[in-house]
Amino acid sequence: MAFAFLNRSRTVAPPGYSRWLIPPAALCVHLCIGQAYAFSVFNLPMTKLIGISQSAPDDWKLTELGWIFSIAIFFLGASAAVFGRWVEEGGPRRAMFTSALCWAGGFFVSAIGVYLHSLWIVYLGYGVLGGIGLGLGYISPVSTLIRWFPDRPGMATGMAIMGFGGGAFIASPLSVWLMGQFSTPTHIGVAETFAVMGLIYLCFMMVGAAIVRLPPPGWSPAGFVMPRESRLVTTRNVFVYEALKTPQFWLIWWVLCLNVTAGIGVLGQASAMSQEMFRGHITAIAASGFVGLFSLFNMLGRFFWSSSSDYLGRKNTYFVFFALGTILYALVPHSGEIGSVALFVFCYAVIFSMYGGGFATVPAYLRDIFGTRYVGAIHGLLLTAWSMAGIFGPVLVNYIREYNITHGVAPAQAYNITMYVMAVLLVIGFICNAFIKAVHPRHYLEEQPRTVGEAGAATAPAGE
Amino acid sequence: MTMANERASTATGNRLKLVLAWGFVGIPLAWGVIQTLVNAIKAFQ
Repeated sequence: MAFAFLNRSRTVAPPGYSRWLIPPAALCVHLCIGQAYAFSVFNLPMTKLIGISQSAPDDWKLTELGWIFSIAIFFLGASAAVFGRWVEEGGPRRAMFTSALCWAGGFFVSAIGVYLHSLWIVYLGYGVLGGIGLGLGYISPVSTLIRWFPDRPGMATGMAIMGFGGGAFIASPLSVWLMGQFSTPTHIGVAETFAVMGLIYLCFMMVGAAIVRLPPPGWSPAGFVMPRESRLVTTRNVFVYEALKTPQFWLIWWVLCLNVTAGIGVLGQASAMSQEMFRGHITAIAASGFVGLFSLFNMLGRFFWSSSSDYLGRKNTYFVFFALGTILYALVPHSGEIGSVALFVFCYAVIFSMYGGGFATVPAYLRDIFGTRYVGAIHGLLLTAWSMAGIFGPVLVNYIREYNITHGVAPAQAYNITMYVMAVLLVIGFICNAFIKAVHPRHYLEEQPRTVGEAGAATAPAGE
Repeated sequence: MTMANERASTATGNRLKLVLAWGFVGIPLAWGVIQTLVNAIKAFQ
């Protein structure tokens, strides 16, 4: 069989394989697909593909280009939900390989779309094909990491999901540099940049697919003793579609959705908000510096909070997000009133760290509640909360702002009301989190066939 | 080759793989973070 090397059975680690090779494998994928956060760097150049120095009548409009990212995020959620079980059963290498083909393929198709100046081809390429690559790539290493790090699942998944936040840091300067290399006075090098980036991402993600391994049957880290089942950490498993019948799944769905809605809602407004709240003190350039800084906190928060959750507990970590978040969102308007830029930056930095932390901690939360076996597939289903928040957040924020401004509220005050509404959303999230209890025993799988590296299996020595 | 030698060579091989794998992902990430910080500092000047 030509693709036998992708089989789950061919992915099992040999004795002595270091589990610390798995996070870089996951990062190879997540650093690439994290480019999605930096897609906006192409927006302006793509509005001048014909006019070059300024937009010509036949050039694409920004509103039309905005759909590319929205379609990609929609297909991220949809593909993660639809293919979650396939990813889980096919193993991480097959999923990473397919994700690499889809993601890089999306860039190649988009390059053709830009070359032919057909926006529909770009929608199909980056939006649909790339979006499927995003969804498959995002969930592909999650359950593998949890199996290799049963002692620190939060930290392990946090490392990978930090990569998704960090991908934009690489993609943004790389895209700008490549466009600079391929552009001439009569041509904007977007198509060439897409093609080169597709090639780079294909190679990078294939390295991840090559080094990823599943732990051997019965493996557990040296010296690791499976903790006894506690109220909120199960050693049993819930089948992927059975999880949908539990209130716990939907409560966690809302926990993620509300945390992301609040974060994503103010993410896009950070620059404008800082300039309007501190008029005359913060220039547009300084505001862009703030946005870069906040993105860094978004990335670091993914690792910090998910690692902390291994000690604090998942439920307590989300309590911190919602309680501290409510206070900080409510403090932002106050920072404007007293003219404290430092307080504003502090509030935003912590808010963005918790926004990222919410994404990174949720796989371990699912593992605690539903067990290890189908955690990747259940995580895939949960990502629909992200897609929903991607629509809710910006729409809610824009609607509130528009409503206030048309009713005579000053622009700076309109932001204040937005922040208070977001704080209320976090209070609702706090309540949802409080209701999360252990799954009713009827939802657990009756038979517990051993799967590779599944927690609770006998200990076999292997490399750390 | 004795068992001890075999174990030592596996450990060395693992260490090399770890340095290569972490360097492969860490260097681009560090480059990106530094670029962002440099731009942020420029913005504040």
